[in-house]
Amino acid sequence: MNFKTKDPINLIITGVGGQGNILISRLIGQTLVDEGYSITIGETYGASQRGGSVASHVRISKKMAYSPLTPEGHADIILGFEPLESLRILTLFGNESSFVITNTRPIHTMAVVIGDAEYPSFEAIKEGIAKLSQKAWYIDASKIALDMGMPLLTNIIMTGALVGAGLLPIDKDRFKDRFRMNFNKEQLALNVKAFEMGIAEVE
Amino acid sequence: MVKGEEKTLGIDANRPGKAVLLMGVEAIARGALEAGVGVATAYPGTPSSELIDRLSKIAKKFNIYVEWSINEKVALEIAGAASLSGIRAITAMKQNGLSVALDFLSGLTYTGINKGLVLMVGDDAGALSSSNEQDSRHIARMLDLPLLEPATYQEAKDMAKWAFELSEKFSTVCILRSTTRILHGRGNVTLGELPETTHHPHFDTSKIYAPPMGRASKSHAAVHKNLEEIRRFHDASPFNAYVGPDNPELLVITSGTGWLYTVEALKILAAEKEAGILKLGTTWPLPHNLVSKYLMQANKILFLEEVDAFLETGVRDLAADLVPGRTWKFFGKGTGHINHFGELNPNIVIGAIANLLDITHRPRGSAYQKECDEIATRYVPPRDLQFCAGCPHRATYWSIKDALRLDGRDGVVTGDIGCYSMGQSPAGYSQMKTAHAMGSGVGLASGLGKLKQFGFRQPVLTVCGDSTFFHASIPALINSVHNESDFILLLLDNSGTAMTGFQPHPGIDRNAAGDAAPKVDAEKLCKALGIPVTIVDPYDVKQTRDEFLNILQGGDGPKVVICKRECALIRATKEGALFKVKVNPDKCLGEQCGCNRYCTRVFGCPGIRWDRDTKKAEIDEAVCNGCGVCVHVCPRSAIDREARS
Repeated sequence: MNFKTKDPINLIITGVGGQGNILISRLIGQTLVDEGYSITIGETYGASQRGGSVASHVRISKKMAYSPLTPEGHADIILGFEPLESLRILTLFGNESSFVITNTRPIHTMAVVIGDAEYPSFEAIKEGIAKLSQKAWYIDASKIALDMGMPLLTNIIMTGALVGAGLLPIDKDRFKDRFRMNFNKEQLALNVKAFEMGIAEVE
Repeated sequence: MVKGEEKTLGIDANRPGKAVLLMGVEAIARGALEAGVGVATAYPGTPSSELIDRLSKIAKKFNIYVEWSINEKVALEIAGAASLSGIRAITAMKQNGLSVALDFLSGLTYTGINKGLVLMVGDDAGALSSSNEQDSRHIARMLDLPLLEPATYQEAKDMAKWAFELSEKFSTVCILRSTTRILHGRGNVTLGELPETTHHPHFDTSKIYAPPMGRASKSHAAVHKNLEEIRRFHDASPFNAYVGPDNPELLVITSGTGWLYTVEALKILAAEKEAGILKLGTTWPLPHNLVSKYLMQANKILFLEEVDAFLETGVRDLAADLVPGRTWKFFGKGTGHINHFGELNPNIVIGAIANLLDITHRPRGSAYQKECDEIATRYVPPRDLQFCAGCPHRATYWSIKDALRLDGRDGVVTGDIGCYSMGQSPAGYSQMKTAHAMGSGVGLASGLGKLKQFGFRQPVLTVCGDSTFFHASIPALINSVHNESDFILLLLDNSGTAMTGFQPHPGIDRNAAGDAAPKVDAEKLCKALGIPVTIVDPYDVKQTRDEFLNILQGGDGPKVVICKRECALIRATKEGALFKVKVNPDKCLGEQCGCNRYCTRVFGCPGIRWDRDTKKAEIDEAVCNGCGVCVHVCPRSAIDREARS
C-alpha cells in the first residue's frame, strides 16, 4: 500500500474501552480534513467505558465520502492499543497487504480474569499477526507510558509510531501543530514527548 | 496558521464555508445553532447525549437555555413551552426515551405548536448500549408526524436546520431520527451562517393548545389533512435523491446509513450501471409521487434500512394501488435478504446486492479466510463488558452476594438501567435478575413485595442508580409506601449519570450549563415519604454486607439503603486513586493456596491479574484505580494498600 496512490486508505484504530481511541481518530481525522481529505469515522463507544472492545474506522479519501464502517477485508492499516484487539480486527477486516502497529501490553478479558479463558501467549498473537499481515510493528507503549508516569499516554505513543512509520499522508510536525490546538499548556509538553517516543520506536 | 493561536474548530465556529470534522450529533447541534435555537433539553441516552453535552458548553455565548431534564417527557415539555411561547427549541432522546415522552408528544400532535420544535431521536440500531433496538419511525407513522433521516454528516446539519422550518410551516413537531453510525460517526461538514438571534417570548393567550373536550377526533382529522400536505412538500424535498441509470435492473430504496453503504457496495461490485439508489431523507409521510416515479422504472426492488421494515412496508403499501396488474419483486427484511434486527453494515449490503445481481463476491482469498477463522476461534476470546477497575458497583454486588448467601432465603434482586445493569453478568456476580425500563426495578420489587399473601417468602431487593432514581423510580417508590410493599431499594449513588458521560441530574449541585444549582436530596426525599434510610460506603465491603444483612432481617415496609461512592472514573480524573495497592508476594501463596485464585476467579476485577510465571496474583498498575476493596477479598490478607496523599 502506498498512501499516495491508495484511495480510500482504511485505518482501523482498536483497543479496549478507556484507552483513548476516539481522541486519536479525531486528531487524525481533523488533521486530514484540513489537508483537503474527505474523512468518515465510525466508532462504537456506547459501552466502551466498561472495558469492551472498541474500534474506530477511519476512512480517508481525496475523492468521496466513504461509509463509517470498513467492508470485510478492506483494512489497510490497523493501529492497536491492545494486542488481542489488533488480532481480532485483523481476522475481521485484514488482508494480505494490511499493516499492523500494535501495543504489546495485554489487557485481560473478563473471561481470562475469572479463569474461563486463556489469554493467548504473545508468541501466538505475534504469529497470528505475522500470518495475516504484510508487515507489523510491536511496541511496548504501555511500558513507555508507565515509565513516563502516565499510563494514559499509551495512545499518543502509538500514534507517534503510526505517523513515524510513514503510512499516512500526515507530516510529523503538522501533527504536532494539531496537538497545540487540542491540549492545554500543561498537557502539551508531555504529549509531544510521548508522540516523539513513539516515532523513535519505528525509526 | 499561527501555532498555538487557533483552537480546533468546534460547532460554534463562525466560519461559513469551512469544512470541519463533526460527529453526527454535533452536526445536528450546529444545525440547530444555524436555525437560531433558543432552548435545548434532553435526558441523556446513547447515542443522543452529545447534543446537550456540546450545546451546554456554548450556551452562554449564544444565549441558549440548555437543560438536563429529569426525564424525556419533561424534556419535551420544557422544549414545548418554549415553542408555544415563540422560541425555537430542540430536544434529544434515545429510542427508549421516546417511549417515556410519548404521552405528551401524542398530545402535542393534536394541539400543534408555534415556533419550530424538533425532536431528535437517536435509535441505537444493534442495541450496542440499550436494552432494546425499537425503531422510532413507527411513532412518526402512529402520530402522523413528519420524519427526517439524515444519510450523511453534512445532511445531519442541514436537515436539523431545515427541520425547524418544516415544523413551523406545518405547525407540528418534526422528528429527526438517526442511528448510531451517523450520530456517533464523524464526517466532513461544511459550516453555514450563524444568525444573529434575539428572542421575544410571549404566550398568546388568545390561543388554546388543548384538544376540544369530547371532540378530539376532529383534531385527529385535521392532523391527517396536514399530513397529506406535508407529503406533497416531501415530494420536492432536496433531501431525497436518485443516483443511477434509467430503468435500473435493481432499485435500492434506502435511508440513513444505508446510503453510504450502498454507494460503496456498488463501487466494490462494479455494479453502478446495473443498480440505482433512491435515497429518501423524508421518510414519513412517504413522498408518494417521487417513489412512484422510480418504482415505475424498475421491477426488482431492495430495501436497505435500520432497524425495521419501515420503508419496505410503506412502499409495498403504495405499490399495491399504483397500477392495476403491475407487479414488482420486493426484497428486504420481508424476504429474509436483510435481517430484521441489528445494524446494517457494508458486508450485509454488499452481500444482498451481489446476491440479487448474481455477482460472485469474495472479499478475501479462501486460504486467507480459513487462516482468519482458525486464528479467531483458537486465540481471540470475546471481550465481555465488565465494571471498570475500582467501580463501586462491583463492591456493592460483592456485598449483595455475601449478604444474600448469609441470609439464605434465596433473595431476589430486581434491576434497572445503567452501568449497574451489568449486575446480570459475572461482572456483578449475576446478582441482578431483571432489567426492563428506567424505574422498573422499583416497580417490580414493589410488586414482588406484595406477594406474601400467596406464600412468597423470598426477600426482595432492587438496585437503581442515582439518575435513574429521579428519572422514573419515585412514583413506584411512593406507590410502595401507600400500598405497604416489602422490599429494600439499594440506591447506587455514584454522583452522576455515569453510563452516558457523567451528566448532572436533580441530585447534583450543578446544572447543564455548569452553574451551581439546588440539589434534591434523595435521602431527605425518602425520609419525607416515611421510609427508613441507611447510608453505606460500598468500598467498605464488610460494613455494607452487615448493613444489608441487618436490614434484610429487619421489619416490614419499603426501606432504602444509599450506597454512596463516586464513580471511579470521575474520581480518577479529579483526585487520582485513593490507595496504592500491591500484592505482597511473600504472603500470596499463589496456586499453592487453597483459595483457587479467589481474587481473580471470583472477585474478577480487571486491575488484578494472575502472573503466569510466578503463578501468583499481581496488581496491573496500568488498570488499577486504587479503590482498595480487594484488600478485604483476599483470604490470606496478601494484598496491601497504602493511602495516597
